[in-house]
Amino acid sequence: MIFAIVIFLLTIGTVAFHFWSPWYLTELASNWSGMDDALTITFVITGVVFVLINLFLAYAVFKYRHKEGSRADYEPENKKLELWLTGLTSIGVVALLAPGLVVWADFVDVPEDAMVVEAVGQQWTWTFRYPGDDGILGAADPTFMTIDNPFGLNPDDPYGQDDIVVEDNEGHLPTGGPVKMLLRSKDVLHDFYVPQIRAKMDLVPGIETYFWFEPTRVGEFEILCAELCGTGHYTMRGLLVVQEKADFDLWLSEQPTFGELSAEAVAELSTELSTE
Amino acid sequence: MAHATMADDLTELYHPKTFIGKYIWSQDHKVIAIQYTITAVSVGLVALTLSWFMRLQIGFPGMFEFIDADSYYQFTTMHGMIMVIYLLTALFLGGFGNYLIPLMIGARDMVFPYLNMLSYWVYLLSVIILMASFFAPGGPTGAGWTLYPPQAILAGTPGQEWGIMLMLTSLIVFIVAFTMGGLNYVTTVLQARTKGMTLMRMPLSVWGIFVATILGLLAFPALLVSGIMMSLDKLIGTSFFMPAIVSMGEQLEYSGGSPVLFQHLFWFFGHPEVYIVALPAFGIVSDILSTHARKNIFGYRMMVWAILVIGGLSFVVWAHHMYVSGMNPFFGFFFATTTLIIAVPTAIKVYNWVLTLWKGDIHLTVPMLFAIGFIFTFINGGITGLFLGNVAVDVPLSDTYFVVAHFHMVMGVSPVLVVFAALYHWFPKITGYEFNERLGKIHFWGTFLGTYAIYLPMHYLGILGMPRRYYDYLDAAFIPDSAYLMNQSITIAALIVGAFQMVFFANVIYSLIKKKKSDPNPWNATTLEWQTPDNPPVHGNWGPTLPVVHRWAYDYSVPGAEKDFLPQNMPRGADPNAQEEHT
Repeated sequence: MIFAIVIFLLTIGTVAFHFWSPWYLTELASNWSGMDDALTITFVITGVVFVLINLFLAYAVFKYRHKEGSRADYEPENKKLELWLTGLTSIGVVALLAPGLVVWADFVDVPEDAMVVEAVGQQWTWTFRYPGDDGILGAADPTFMTIDNPFGLNPDDPYGQDDIVVEDNEGHLPTGGPVKMLLRSKDVLHDFYVPQIRAKMDLVPGIETYFWFEPTRVGEFEILCAELCGTGHYTMRGLLVVQEKADFDLWLSEQPTFGELSAEAVAELSTELSTE
Repeated sequence: MAHATMADDLTELYHPKTFIGKYIWSQDHKVIAIQYTITAVSVGLVALTLSWFMRLQIGFPGMFEFIDADSYYQFTTMHGMIMVIYLLTALFLGGFGNYLIPLMIGARDMVFPYLNMLSYWVYLLSVIILMASFFAPGGPTGAGWTLYPPQAILAGTPGQEWGIMLMLTSLIVFIVAFTMGGLNYVTTVLQARTKGMTLMRMPLSVWGIFVATILGLLAFPALLVSGIMMSLDKLIGTSFFMPAIVSMGEQLEYSGGSPVLFQHLFWFFGHPEVYIVALPAFGIVSDILSTHARKNIFGYRMMVWAILVIGGLSFVVWAHHMYVSGMNPFFGFFFATTTLIIAVPTAIKVYNWVLTLWKGDIHLTVPMLFAIGFIFTFINGGITGLFLGNVAVDVPLSDTYFVVAHFHMVMGVSPVLVVFAALYHWFPKITGYEFNERLGKIHFWGTFLGTYAIYLPMHYLGILGMPRRYYDYLDAAFIPDSAYLMNQSITIAALIVGAFQMVFFANVIYSLIKKKKSDPNPWNATTLEWQTPDNPPVHGNWGPTLPVVHRWAYDYSVPGAEKDFLPQNMPRGADPNAQEEHT
């Protein structure tokens, strides 16, 4: 009796908690409203199933609790009922899966005109690279990494000279167009995660990973590392600044290129050598 | 037809006379089962304590000085690995598998008793190696229970020298122990069933344990090789999982390896592992529900097929743990589809449990409370699996507390409720004594309600976007104060739930001191283990002759029958009025 009531209350309470919970999705700042919709569809379908089965369970526990002299029914199988339940469940699964796969088809299909930006992770900071005037990111490899060349850009690759490198944990993006984030890690796994963007992806040393989204809202968003990357994992915080296109272009034009930085480093080195 | 390969006379078994022979170097499956259970539960208590420490930090960041970032990650890592492998896997297969298989199929023992004994001692060795890492220089590994390279073996991760090597060694030793035990269980089920015990008359507990063991024998090798490969990367500088890396500003010697390869190997083991824990729980809970509802399990054949289909499918879903790992995103279509297909046989099992209760005669005993509690938590945890399996829904939720809440609900709380259901259910058989029912009920309510208070709100912190494996959230702007308050509440609930587990131990100790003799078949169950000539059963189980099986395991409330249960070894027609339909 008490148990049936508890199951009933837990079921109703869970639904109430869902609607009253002050903790839910953050305000969306990208094009991935489809992911939010897929979540909502999943909540609706599974929510109905959750309530129905548990209320049935509570009712069964209440109605068929042991009473003096009562005896259970004997029914080993009921093929018809089992087939119906299997069929209905299959339909439910299709209804869950289909909208999800439609969104995923969009996710794997990076728009041709997407702006390319690279985020590079290392324990426990973020850096960013933009392709510069030629629109092409220069080749990079860990074997080129030095203190003066933290991105490991190939100094002999002409495409790399105009690349714009930003080293202070802060990346900027413009609204109004798709962005393909190329992800690279120098050391261990990391994950580029901005809750408001929804989409996320791991950074894997040795390969370049990617995902795409379109920033839709101007603002400053925290980038959190979402793949355990050592004892400082929780401190690996960056900032994603989304700006109107004009503001973004202005900001970008103020950042140094790889070529300029290398020249600076060479100049510093020669001054050091000459003063010795 | 099954054949009894072990002869009907007792001289075949070697009966040791000394205490050490009987209880330490024992080859009796029941003693080995108890050894496994005590070891697994003890190490589980360590993991429970670690979860307390972790929750203290999450609920009250910085209040406890002994929990720094290093030790926090070490606690989470050890908590996870101990719970999944050294508690749940060892307890369901080494503990319940060992105890139940021979008794339920009417065998005198496992077919390889000596190997069975070795399996336990090698398991104990793996536990000792793992525990040694707490005392090793640098402490245990803090790489997360998934042990992802490169960070598991690089600077910046606690325990990257000794801890990780002890962990990998311990896992390798565990797999050796499991393989010895596992081959034994499979062979015993296939070869040592007594006369009349066809496969389709076996209790679902045996089916669940049997299929889970096969999964383990096929899945653990993937973990074994990845453990060996990572050890080689660490010790002699091979590059299986290690690409060119600049670690802490220093170029390392590695080149060309693939960290994603490790993840494929790990989850090729790791996903079946979920079912290695879940299938025995499914089987055991089926038998407990049927017995205490005095009604046959609904749709037995469908239940067996569901176990087999789930077992098969569990090998083609592994990469749903890797949707954002950087593998080719097109894999998402395949793995989302296979993963959601698993929901169908799983849902059938849930329907059949509930339909078993329907029109039953439900006795709300302590084991039954835990079993019905399991149905509730499993529905909850199973449903959130549909969120995470569906790739586009998973991407925002992966690596958040939603994942933590999901897997704790589905493979933490749910199997543990079954563990307790089973321990209470078989306690009178294992010890011969009754347990205290009042204490059992207190234990149930604290555990059932407390765990829900922990994990229900945790899902919503995940939907908000709070990432898992965070020592401190450092005032992230998107997290409102109320979320920190909820984390405090979850921590308090976790402390209380942990404390409630002591009621169980108090009950065991109380009952062993009180020594109130139990009826040999207190639940009026049909299965063979309750029909032994001695209670608790002695070495050899069955006295001079093996039982002969005449019916399936679920002849409860057969129309016309005098009693509401017909034991499996009761000859057909022994109750002339019983309308025996099922064979």
